[in-house]
Amino acid sequence: MWEYTDKVKEYFLNPRNVGEIENPDGVAEVGSLACGDALKLTFKLDENKKIKDAKFKTFGCASAIASSSALTEIIKGMTIEEALKVTNQDIAKYLGGLPDEKMHCSVMGKQALEKAIENYRGAPPLETGAKIICECFGVTDKEIERAVRENNLSTVEDVTNYTKAGGGCGNCHDAIQQIIDQVRTEPKTDAKPKLTNIQKIRLIEETIEREIRPSLKHDGGDIEIIDIIGNRVIVATRGACSTCKASDITLKNFVEQRLKELVSPDIVVEEVSK
Amino acid sequence: MNTIYLDNNATTQVAEEVLAVMMPYFREFYGNPSSMHTFGGQVGQKIRTAREQVAALLGAMPEEIIFTSCGTESDNAAIRSALMTRPDKKHIITSRVEHPAIRALCAHLATQGYRVTELPVDKNGLLDLENLGKSMTPDTAVVSLMWGNNETGVIFPVEAAARLAHEKGILFHTDAVQSTGKIPINLKNNVIDMLSISGHKLHAPKGIGVLYIRRGTKFSPFMIGGHQEKQRRGGTENTPSVIGLGKACELAAKNMEKENTYVARLRDKLERELLKRITQSRVNGDPANRLPNTTNISFEYVEGEAILLLMNELGICASSGSACTSGSLQPSHVLRAMGVPFTMAHGSIRFSLSINNTEAEIDFVIDKMPAIIERLRGMSPYWNSSQPACKTQ
Repeated sequence: MWEYTDKVKEYFLNPRNVGEIENPDGVAEVGSLACGDALKLTFKLDENKKIKDAKFKTFGCASAIASSSALTEIIKGMTIEEALKVTNQDIAKYLGGLPDEKMHCSVMGKQALEKAIENYRGAPPLETGAKIICECFGVTDKEIERAVRENNLSTVEDVTNYTKAGGGCGNCHDAIQQIIDQVRTEPKTDAKPKLTNIQKIRLIEETIEREIRPSLKHDGGDIEIIDIIGNRVIVATRGACSTCKASDITLKNFVEQRLKELVSPDIVVEEVSK
Repeated sequence: MNTIYLDNNATTQVAEEVLAVMMPYFREFYGNPSSMHTFGGQVGQKIRTAREQVAALLGAMPEEIIFTSCGTESDNAAIRSALMTRPDKKHIITSRVEHPAIRALCAHLATQGYRVTELPVDKNGLLDLENLGKSMTPDTAVVSLMWGNNETGVIFPVEAAARLAHEKGILFHTDAVQSTGKIPINLKNNVIDMLSISGHKLHAPKGIGVLYIRRGTKFSPFMIGGHQEKQRRGGTENTPSVIGLGKACELAAKNMEKENTYVARLRDKLERELLKRITQSRVNGDPANRLPNTTNISFEYVEGEAILLLMNELGICASSGSACTSGSLQPSHVLRAMGVPFTMAHGSIRFSLSINNTEAEIDFVIDKMPAIIERLRGMSPYWNSSQPACKTQ
């Protein structure tokens, strides 16, 4: 038995906005009978270009129906630009959460929304050049990449829960793992919240203490923070580092890299003149 | 709200008579049957009676009955014993539609140096014995085929299969968890070497099972410990449940005719009326070779989990072979092995009845199901007022 929230049950038993809008401004169909779930989304705009009405027809389990219904409720009253910002997480949140194994239902909603907006704009699909990774469920590399990025997924099983990819024959598991590895090594540019100067200084100190110094000490070296000016971190090398010819490589490739990853991508590490 | 329980292949209600005979063995007669004193010894006597009751239902001898903790343990004990007693043989034959107790075990053994052949079934879920004949090799240690399928109720010709295996000197095991108590089984009339039963499928409690081992069959125990069960299964006997299972087997023998007349008639009525009232529906599994209590029906263009949850709102319990109910993304391995299209498998519902079901319950379900399917089809993009909106791809 699935642990559905009361809201999922309510939106399954009494779904809002079932049906199809005649002469819609945007329409999309995603999923298939073979996959076990499918969603047809239609919407209509008012004179201010806001979504006046949205309707769905869904073939699928309770959470697919509830996610579709939630999506139509969420986007009503939104502009196209606002609607484009709706994520699968927003749909899941609206329902008070979904079981992990059912997150793909919220992803289906997001996909339908994007496709319907593309249809409205008459633009070619954004994800041209996408390659099918999972043959069983027809999931592309772009879809997997996005699910991994937006939901911070780390295992093939997660990806299957969110996109269905890999849930069939299993032949694509290696390819999915590669995508996960690739996405997770991307620098997380916009993921970090903005830090105040004080927070940033504290985070730099902590990061050096926890992540950097132990490695350096392992090799008999050390660094000391001399000053932090904006994004410039001025350090002095100590111990083995101070005499090591490769110390500036260590500073750039290790110290700076770690700080970029863990604090801010704009950090620059400089060595105080000896 | 009344519960209408049509999920008896999942588990059954403990019979009143079964519970009654069990109760004294929790507090009053709590002795250990292995004890020297009369207080324990008298429980041992009851276990002997239970063993005779189980043996009687199967046409077996009491010493051929080993009590275990469940059907899965019995299956594990049987297959592992076959392999342990034939250490030079590394091949196992089973089918694509077995219960996970056998399927997952064989998949595990395949990683341990054994070769596993899974025999296919046809679109009606039937086995072709010719395939079995072709698959047996001098390296084959054991053939394990289920007697009745838990999802479709389809019956395999296990007695004929056992004969074929014996001609080649191969051990034969059958998982008879679903068929015991539903169709007559007489081990005097066949050459089956090992057979598994689960108590809770025939109105005994959960946590008790039986492994039948034909006399003269070499056995290597799975559970090693004390001398219980003639050193074939260590562990203090689950005395109340053993005694309950004995009673349940006695009742099953008595109710066998009712199962095959009354229950079969209710099942047939349910099936016939649902197919008549709901378009684009069909039965999965050969109607001519089925357990009397089971029907598996696919409703096209709707998804099984959604159907079950709407049934649940009315207190009706059943199960589904859809992907969404399994926790995986693929529909039931049984339906896939039968080549049931995904589009049908996703909307499959298994109704499994028992002698406790009433005609009124069946009529209620017949009355309510069409509206449930119609309601979901009304939400489906593949359905346009009373007909499919497109051809299934």
